[in-house]
Amino acid sequence: MLKLPIYLDNNATTPMDPRVLEAMLPYFNERFGNAASRNHSFGWTAEEAVDYAREQVAALINCSAKEIIFTSGATESDNLAIKGVYEMYGAKGNHIITATTEHKAILDACKIAQKKGAEVTYLNPGRDGLIDLNELEAAITDKTILISIMYGNNEIGVIQDIPAISAIAKKHGVLFHTDATQAVGKIPVDVVADGIDLMSFSAHKMYGPKGVGALYVRRKNPRVKVTSQMDGGGHERGMRSGTLNVPGIVGLGKACEIAKNEMVDEAIRLSAMRDKLEKELLTIEEAYVNGSIERRLPHVTNISFKFVEGEGLMMGVKDIAVSSGSACTSASLEPSYVLKALGLDDELAHSSLRFGLGRFTTDEEIEYTIGHVKTAVDKLREMSPLWEMFKEGIDLKSVAWQEH
Amino acid sequence: MAYSDKVIDHYNNPRNIGTLDKSSENVGTGLVGAPECGDVMRLQIEVDDSTGLIKDAKFKTFGCGSAIASSSLATEWLKGKTVDEALKIDNMAIVEELSLPPVKIHCSVLAEDAIKTAINDYRVKKGLEPIEDTKKHY
Repeated sequence: MLKLPIYLDNNATTPMDPRVLEAMLPYFNERFGNAASRNHSFGWTAEEAVDYAREQVAALINCSAKEIIFTSGATESDNLAIKGVYEMYGAKGNHIITATTEHKAILDACKIAQKKGAEVTYLNPGRDGLIDLNELEAAITDKTILISIMYGNNEIGVIQDIPAISAIAKKHGVLFHTDATQAVGKIPVDVVADGIDLMSFSAHKMYGPKGVGALYVRRKNPRVKVTSQMDGGGHERGMRSGTLNVPGIVGLGKACEIAKNEMVDEAIRLSAMRDKLEKELLTIEEAYVNGSIERRLPHVTNISFKFVEGEGLMMGVKDIAVSSGSACTSASLEPSYVLKALGLDDELAHSSLRFGLGRFTTDEEIEYTIGHVKTAVDKLREMSPLWEMFKEGIDLKSVAWQEH
Repeated sequence: MAYSDKVIDHYNNPRNIGTLDKSSENVGTGLVGAPECGDVMRLQIEVDDSTGLIKDAKFKTFGCGSAIASSSLATEWLKGKTVDEALKIDNMAIVEELSLPPVKIHCSVLAEDAIKTAINDYRVKKGLEPIEDTKKHY
């Protein structure tokens, strides 16, 4: 039986896997100890659970358990990476390279670093969402200390060429950080093979709980250190103080273990469903996929339906939870900065929907979605003056619009 | 953000979608907004010369649910009014009727502008001066 509403916004967050919840539950009450309590069994039990989770996380990304710093989520991990590296390596240089399509956690942390004297280069990707490696290398100066480029984009799912980027960083002796929030647990991410020095990720994007994430910090070749941004008891090798969120960490560990065992098969299943959804929706006239189709996360597609406004479209498919690059709800009325960075017209950015499939998405849900999106696009085009003008052969760019 | 019942009703059952003959002497057309801003409204009125009443009104809108509802409501209100009465339709009345939240007030502003632009288009066709908008929206 099809249950409504349908959740296709798995890039925003994922539901918890019941196996994760089950693993976490004892750590809320009977095993409630503080992992830093060294002198009684309550503390030891909690510490054991954290150690075990650290191994589970490390196994997923192929690192040592000692290289995992638990945080409250990817936003904190991003802040710790950018600000922590900038403060730790300030004597070496003050230049950071990132991209305009990064998550706000990276962009805003970079802005703060700029206020403290950092120089930041923001690379603009091509129409496919990929950054130009020559441009990246050309941007490196003798002051460059960090390159931060996300693994897979949250809005369009485009996967950057991480091994090539890290090779460039290594060649110039620059640290490489990646925000891999959307990639870890979805596709194989191997910090050794990928040459990553620091990596942010979060539990709630991979069927774990909200409020917990991690920063991978390399310990060998090179040994990387970050200046803590949260000071207190010196937890997490002094890089992130604060009593450990034991149930959350247990949940992250379990989510990583499940992902390690299942993500390859899951990716095959999800990409087949995603491709079907995409193929069907592209039969709609004037519908376009945003970003690279070849280099993309298996569960995401971002499609613009021209002459229809995204928020209006979402209202037409109210039983389907998706998200839009339209920013009709924001005071600025600015559409998605990621889509704009690809060189999309504002109009196309306003017309986009992002579909994020997940572990619990069914074929039946995809069928329902295909039908309802088609109907809603038809209905809204019937009432769209732009569609009428397009059908009359009027070039919309030639119209003198009365902008507000 | 949840939509009000009235916005949902207008969205699901939009009143007066359509197109009037914009070259007709008795039809005034207002096209406002811009695709880049995510809102375009086209509102048209047809005036009965003998009575001076707006006998028909049609709209088409590219925009969010609140923009669609604002223009749909505007066409309902326009029908049966004189042109002078129609000029008095204020965006805040639309905000109130549809319970629009602050971030959606611009949708009502756009609808008011569409009404005024349509009326001016009609006035110019009839050899009258366009009416200056005293409100500063942009």
